[in-house]
Amino acid sequence: MSSAMEQLYQQLILDHAKHPHGKGLAGPGTGESHQVNPTCGDEVTLRVHLDDGTLDAVSWDGQGCSISQASLSVMAELVEGKQVEQVEQLGETFRALMRARGAGLSEDLEDELGDATAFTGVAQYPARIKCALLGWAALRDALAQAGVATKGEQG
Amino acid sequence: MTTAALSAGELAAVRADFPLLGRTLRAGRPLVYLDSAATSQKPEVVIDAELEFYTQRNAAVHRGAHQLAEEATEAYEQARDEVATLVGAATGEIVWTSGATAGLNLLAYAMSNASAGRGGQAARALALGPGDEVVVTEAEHHANLVPWQELCARTGATLRWIGVGDDGRLQLEQLADVVGARTKVVAVSHVSNVTGAVTDVPAVVAVARSVGALVVLDACQSVPHLPVDLPSLGVDAAAFSGHKMLGPTGVGALWARRELLEAMPPVTTGGSMVEVVTMESATYAPPPQKFEAGTQMVAQAVGMGAAARYLRELGMPAVAEHEAALTRALLDVVSRVPGVRVIGPTDPADRLAVVSFVVDGVHAHDVGQVLDDQGVAVRVGHHCAQPLHRRFGVAATARASASVYTTLADVEAFGEALATVRPFFGLGGAA
Repeated sequence: MSSAMEQLYQQLILDHAKHPHGKGLAGPGTGESHQVNPTCGDEVTLRVHLDDGTLDAVSWDGQGCSISQASLSVMAELVEGKQVEQVEQLGETFRALMRARGAGLSEDLEDELGDATAFTGVAQYPARIKCALLGWAALRDALAQAGVATKGEQG
Repeated sequence: MTTAALSAGELAAVRADFPLLGRTLRAGRPLVYLDSAATSQKPEVVIDAELEFYTQRNAAVHRGAHQLAEEATEAYEQARDEVATLVGAATGEIVWTSGATAGLNLLAYAMSNASAGRGGQAARALALGPGDEVVVTEAEHHANLVPWQELCARTGATLRWIGVGDDGRLQLEQLADVVGARTKVVAVSHVSNVTGAVTDVPAVVAVARSVGALVVLDACQSVPHLPVDLPSLGVDAAAFSGHKMLGPTGVGALWARRELLEAMPPVTTGGSMVEVVTMESATYAPPPQKFEAGTQMVAQAVGMGAAARYLRELGMPAVAEHEAALTRALLDVVSRVPGVRVIGPTDPADRLAVVSFVVDGVHAHDVGQVLDDQGVAVRVGHHCAQPLHRRFGVAATARASASVYTTLADVEAFGEALATVRPFFGLGGAA
């Protein structure tokens, strides 16, 4: 395998894809979103469970490739217990990582993203960026559905 | 024409005609192109035909009396003749479209316009209303499904369909129940772009004829790979695209029997498709011009003509025989890799070299990525056939598909790459 492939399918991604965090819809949730990737048929239903501006948990169900499933799992772990504004900022940072063509971001930003920096290599494969963003798109929409989003649709 | 498959020398000569096949990919890997069902590569004669048109003949066709306009018109009409000859049709029965999708939509919208009362007495047989039915199959590409859904929604007609068996073949025996006195159209694909199964068209025609329904054929996946004589198949209309038959993108052809083309009201209206225009109304040119409003994709049509000629000169029986060997080889290598299941017939009879499959425990997108890393280009996804994938309980498949320039070595390279997929994801070689 090429090194680009090893960068794409890091062990952390394969592990999350196999044992995803937050999978299985819990309770009614404060907001919900259903997203599909029409090019490959991947889909996800995601719920946000909010408590007074804090995202207690994200639960989701869906099916898709290892990149989309791992990204959902890492995201669910990352945003748990964070304030809505922090969650939105993480989403922006992750989207910036996907635009970076594999070059990554500054150390500070990567620290914020934690395990989600494992997806740096995805940005080298334009066809796969959508896979990594599926969950983040559902999260942003679910926050909007819950009426707590502070930012409009962008990037 | 010959009925023998291409010899090794002939195949090498064919490959040399396709400049793109000589390029390499990341890390200098040779290209193993197995995505011809999505779009085929183009031989130099096609590329040159477009180039020659632009550098030597470019002018508006069917207008103007200068020499260039005459030469451009001649090239455009000769291309129509080449395409007609390939499929056994009369030249005047070929309508240029932007592709097969546009051709199928043209038919559906012509019927829609007939249903709205356009086209006068001649078009009344094409009108649909509540109680009328359109019959399709569960195997259709969205291009031969959604236009009929929309036609039914606009006219109040009902869409009905036959299913697909576990073996990936159409359950034609259901036609007897599904097709009835109110069936106006039966629309089927000649060859499935997912399963590769070849439809028994005469069987469909026999049932449709018995109730006076029109038969529309999506011939995208058959015309580039089989000898196809559309009139003798007994269908009423067929659509196919240029880019899947070694031609350019942006062009395709709709064939229909002359009397059907004459009865169909126009769809896209404007310049070039009229006879007399007053401030109140217009009369229309005879087909095919009636359906070719506005400036056409002339250079692409000329390219599609060159592609048709190229295929005809190779000989479609030879092309079909070469690809039959590829079908057997593809099915064979896929069957040898543990944990791989074919969606479609595993018997090479009456199926073409389009093989869709799932790899246990690995999503199709990930399968495609591992193959791509080894230079093997396949399609992943639902291949514009979501209902068929739903029928088999999968969201996506990977698909390897061949064309006349594909070699047995390509198929072997694909098999070797496929064998690495499950191990790469830490799954055993066995299912």
